Amino acid sequence: MQALYAQLLVGLINGSFYALLSLGLAVIFGMLNIINFAHGAVYMMGAFVAYFLLNLTGLGYWWALLIAPIVVGIFGMILERTMLQWLTGLDHLYGLLLTFGMALIIQGVFQNYFGSSGLPYAIPDELKGGMNLGFMFLPIYRGWVVIFSLIVCIATWYLIERTRLGAYLRAATENPTLVRAFGVNVPRMITLTYGLGVGLAALAGVLSAPINQVRPLMGADLIIVVFAVVVIGGMGSIMGSIITGFALGVIEGLTKYFYPEASNTVVFVLMVLVLLVKPTGLTGRAA
Amino acid sequence: MTDLKMAEVATKPATTQVLSVSDLQAWYGESHILHGINFNVNAGEVVTLLGRNGAGKTTTLKSIMGIIGKRTGSIRFDNQEIIRTSSDKIARMGVAFCPEERGIFASLDVRENLLLPPIVRPGGLSLDQIFDLFPNLKERLNSQGTKLSGGEQQMLAIARILRTGARFLMLDEPTEGLAPVIIQQIGHTIARLKSEGFTILLVEQNFRFASTVADRYYIVEHGKVIDGFANSELSSNMDKLHTYLGV
Repeated sequence: MQALYAQLLVGLINGSFYALLSLGLAVIFGMLNIINFAHGAVYMMGAFVAYFLLNLTGLGYWWALLIAPIVVGIFGMILERTMLQWLTGLDHLYGLLLTFGMALIIQGVFQNYFGSSGLPYAIPDELKGGMNLGFMFLPIYRGWVVIFSLIVCIATWYLIERTRLGAYLRAATENPTLVRAFGVNVPRMITLTYGLGVGLAALAGVLSAPINQVRPLMGADLIIVVFAVVVIGGMGSIMGSIITGFALGVIEGLTKYFYPEASNTVVFVLMVLVLLVKPTGLTGRAA
Repeated sequence: MTDLKMAEVATKPATTQVLSVSDLQAWYGESHILHGINFNVNAGEVVTLLGRNGAGKTTTLKSIMGIIGKRTGSIRFDNQEIIRTSSDKIARMGVAFCPEERGIFASLDVRENLLLPPIVRPGGLSLDQIFDLFPNLKERLNSQGTKLSGGEQQMLAIARILRTGARFLMLDEPTEGLAPVIIQQIGHTIARLKSEGFTILLVEQNFRFASTVADRYYIVEHGKVIDGFANSELSSNMDKLHTYLGV
């Protein structure tokens, strides 16, 4: 049973990253109509910013949690202003190719300087150690990642579904021209949205650094699964991407326990099944 | 030039011009839709653009709002040239637009739809005043925007631009597809807005409806304003009008 709980926890951890990343992808897709293949690269950048902050300036984990999403978010907004904005109205394929190219360049630059092996990033002192829950041993840092990710996901959901700013965002997703004609600076809102989505990925990168080390290709490995998660959940639904993210992490963990051979493929098998039955994804709306 | 002269004839002298459009041309992609539109609107007036389907009335409103990609000529609002201005800035100057398709957002409830357009200047209607005009909306505040009936959606589309403080309203076929009793309610609303000093540019196919609220008319045909006259000259222009509109 211990092993089952341990795999469930690993599943929840992975699910946290899936949820944070697919949430950002969903927000970006809704507003910009771009399938952001650079998402794995900015996730990796988040982890690297945390690493630089610690090793160049001495600012630790908690600062990184705050600063990395902002720094990477600003980087994303510059990409949007200088490149992505010109894709408005073009076929999805262009956005996909451009962001895929950006991902290759960003990852290539980091690989050039840091190689492919991982750089260590320590768990902050406050979150070291573990707790005995009776039925299992819970490393505190891992519990923190799950709970903090959940809070960030729900906060993002609340921002988009329940606030005035979120109403602008949802309305602009439906009809940007009309929202702009009401006096809202929609282009600026699009830039900020891309910054928000990218910032969420960077936050996931910081959370992941103490668990998975800091590696130039850490995002490239993860993003393939995240895209499968997004396809299963359905593009454009906020709550859908959160729930699907966590659920698929858990399903993956359970598979690792019951039938380890399939653990790397179970998400893709599910993706195929969902696509066969409901091509728009579980919670997706028809385009 | 002849278009311009006709427009000038119909203008009452010594009133403040809110909007002045001259030689407006507009394109949708490659297709040239407006071929030189000339007209103006004075403060406090209700001006109606009449014309057949596809004449360019909606495109004229959209060009004024700044949501047509390519446009040339001159559009002056409150004595400022806005032909090159982006639509969000035009809205901030006090221009509000109610589109023909109403543009109610499905992912927003009625309250969110109503509160969506930002306040651009003080002096807009309060929510109480809006519910006074459209009592139905108050009952449906928590419904999804697109679950409303066509008439309620039209009321919502008008109501939400009254909050913003914009004093120049452009309404694109507000009576299209609505029941007579609702058309009447919208007519009362326009009359009341006019009495409160709003300036309204209306596009209508429903000529009967337009005649109950309009001060002046312009006839749009093939992307040009070909005629214009005041409501008082309506009876003497009826024959011409029937020819223009083909009714």
